[in-house]
Amino acid sequence: MKLNLKIWRQENASEKGRLVDYQLDGVTTHMSFLEMMDMLNQLLIEKGERTIEFDHDCREGICGQCGMMINGRAHGPLANTTTCQLHMRSFKDGETIYVEPFRSSAFTVLRDLKIDRGSFDRIIQAGGFISASTGQAPEANSIPIAHETAEAAFDAAACIGCGACVATCKNSSAALFTAAKVVHLAILPQGKLETAKRVDAMVQQMDAEGFGHCSNTEACEVECPQGISVLHIARFNYLYHESRLLSKT
Amino acid sequence: MNALNANIPEGALEDKWSNFKEKAKLVNPANRQKMELIVVGTGLAGASCTASLAEQGYRIKSFCFQDSARRAHSVAAQGGVNAAKNYKNDGDSVYRMFYDTIKGGDFRSREANVYRLAECSLALIDQSVAQGVPFAREYGGYLNNRSFGGVQVSRTFYARGQTGQQLLLGAYQALMRQESLGKVKTYTRHEMLDLVLIDGKAKGIITRDLVTGEIERHAADAVVLATGGYGKIYYLSTLAMGCNGSAIWRAHQKGALMSGVSWIQFHPTSLPQSGEQQSKLTLMSESLRNDGRIWVPLKEGEQREAGLIPEEERDYYLERRYPAFGNLSPRDISSRAAKERIDAGFGVGPMKNAVYLDFSRAIKAQGKAKIKEKYSNLFTMYEKITGINAYEQPMLISPAAHFTMGGLWVDYQLMTSIPGLFALGEANFSDHGANRLGANSLLQACVDGYFIAPYTIPNYLADELKAERVKTSHPAFDEAEAQVKAKLQQLMEIKGSLSVDYFHKTLGKLLYDKCGLSRSKEGLQQAIEEIKALRNKFYTDLKLTGDEHLNSELEKAGRVADYLELGELMCLDALQREESCGAHFREEYQTADGEAVRDDEHYAYVSAWEWKGENEQHVLHKEPLTFERVSLTVRSYK
Repeated sequence: MKLNLKIWRQENASEKGRLVDYQLDGVTTHMSFLEMMDMLNQLLIEKGERTIEFDHDCREGICGQCGMMINGRAHGPLANTTTCQLHMRSFKDGETIYVEPFRSSAFTVLRDLKIDRGSFDRIIQAGGFISASTGQAPEANSIPIAHETAEAAFDAAACIGCGACVATCKNSSAALFTAAKVVHLAILPQGKLETAKRVDAMVQQMDAEGFGHCSNTEACEVECPQGISVLHIARFNYLYHESRLLSKT
Repeated sequence: MNALNANIPEGALEDKWSNFKEKAKLVNPANRQKMELIVVGTGLAGASCTASLAEQGYRIKSFCFQDSARRAHSVAAQGGVNAAKNYKNDGDSVYRMFYDTIKGGDFRSREANVYRLAECSLALIDQSVAQGVPFAREYGGYLNNRSFGGVQVSRTFYARGQTGQQLLLGAYQALMRQESLGKVKTYTRHEMLDLVLIDGKAKGIITRDLVTGEIERHAADAVVLATGGYGKIYYLSTLAMGCNGSAIWRAHQKGALMSGVSWIQFHPTSLPQSGEQQSKLTLMSESLRNDGRIWVPLKEGEQREAGLIPEEERDYYLERRYPAFGNLSPRDISSRAAKERIDAGFGVGPMKNAVYLDFSRAIKAQGKAKIKEKYSNLFTMYEKITGINAYEQPMLISPAAHFTMGGLWVDYQLMTSIPGLFALGEANFSDHGANRLGANSLLQACVDGYFIAPYTIPNYLADELKAERVKTSHPAFDEAEAQVKAKLQQLMEIKGSLSVDYFHKTLGKLLYDKCGLSRSKEGLQQAIEEIKALRNKFYTDLKLTGDEHLNSELEKAGRVADYLELGELMCLDALQREESCGAHFREEYQTADGEAVRDDEHYAYVSAWEWKGENEQHVLHKEPLTFERVSLTVRSYK
């Protein structure tokens, strides 16, 4: 199949970017979207041009490093998929495809489609952990955890930190990302003790990074590759308010 | 070069680790903060080591080439992590786990290391649970287990099909906690390009900031490499695109020995290649073999769809050849058996390069809901990639390059042949022998980082305390930096006509054919010549575009340049080992029915190769393997 691509090119964080047109022929339906990008880059090398920079690593949907806005949607037209798991069978011959980086004031464009998501690391640093140093752990089976609780914790913990939730949100909110970590740790007996401190610190960091507030449009859940539920945001808000109340008493 | 001494502690096998810990030297808390460490890699081994040593009080610089520490390729491990907890009361013990692992490795690993791995597995589960890793639980609230290839007990702990991700997030969060406490500084999008030695000891590294292109110097009292495996050398593999052997290779060029270089595991349950542009082979967790049955049609060139082939016309070849272990036979055996059927003309799928993994019986017996609970993410992933619903049709699977048992030679303390340079996790060669058992890689990475390095690195540092803290103004840094810059400039200035990917794909195909699932003397000799020629072509005809700042092509070029040397050593290592063991299958050394023939009399040793300079012949050293506890047997799974 033949494609018309309009791809975001930007030298670095301080310069302005623009969409550049590329034509690509010979794309097959079983290629992944990133393999299509590889193919285009090989053509650019032949022509002596700088290749298009984009983030990717595992190419199996788990590392969370890839991510592009494809025709205005985070990770492309399919719901709950990473860019690397998107295949060209989702596009039509002759189609025009717009490819842009994940955008947010808290994600800086480094070059072309590569962005800096260090803000996510700093939210985790603020409190997204259980303070259990190596050597302190009791016997693993000494604290039983209900099957349903472990499964629910997993549902939240499955977040891959790709940033699609932020990119798709009209407010650039990191609520789903932050909520997923807060809830994962809060519902486990091991993590419960630090909940109030954790949620407060993580919300403060989220705000400091310049992420917007959640206005419950639920767009994030649609694009989340792991299908993380917005109900985690509700629980996160509850835990946040609880921590504020507790801090006043 | 001193004689290879693995520094195995005194005492009975069961007491060696305790004996070491009791006598290991310590650094007092006030002195720890004066000492600085460099850890390269933030996967399970790197992150767990960094967090654990930072908790003790050391200052640490942590490096990764990814955009966040959480992306390291440990994240992609699916199936599980082994531990000899014996929660299932099915006969497991530390000794049995030790025995399974050493047998699984075809008796080509050290008894003492493997025993320690099994011993420390118990504490790892405790540690991970304390960090909030949501392992699968039974309805009573206790931890659940499943079985993996090469064993007859259920000792694998799992978090759906994302165990690696969950363990890594535990380690990553511990790392982030130390960063917030100011003990760790992480450098993301940084690649190590050289190791700096001062008076023969590892004292620093040279890195490249992958965003600005700046070359930087970092000094420390010891350097830890936890940079993973080099299976991506085959281009098509289950590894992440960025996985590389450059850190260990550059350490090798500075004097660290490389061991078992040709021992590379091909995972039996990957998705097959489906086209020319393909960039990676996606893994389907081995855990699927608990409920999936592997088969090919009995008739050569079968045209019917899987569902239309009656039971009696199917060849469940693993169940047929290895009735005791069946579909849960170890990886090397399963992969080779699949290759044998595919090469014989019984392969299935559009390119006839796959075998079936069939869940119909398990779905009938347990119900779709139960199978979904166990493997839903894997079935979803399969459908995303192939467009096929595996609840209705069998999966198509095929062997793919996956894990490097080989790596930097390390002694019992995980120190390489360079004092002060440690190698952890997949980057070292130590525990898996010639074949790794499923769910032992997460274990080894974690055990190295959480439980071994926190004893052995302070044991080294205790003596370094008296030494002067090195500065990056030392001439050794000038020299290393100049070399790194010259190399980068050389790559940029070739200005040939072929892309990096061309060289990587050509090398990968060559190695897959001649140093892959099976090897022969003739093929390996040819491969060595072809790699040399390809390397010459690389340095005369490589074409790089872009600049010295953020440039993925330049990053790839450096990695492929190293692969072009490492590939040759792989072939050399395979060539000298005139036996078949584990993943190393020499066509000349097999029984009439195609089973591996090991030669314990001549090859019960670990190869350790010494770099002698560019275009110079490597020198082989041997660390003999002595077995005091186990007797060497033919590794039978029949």
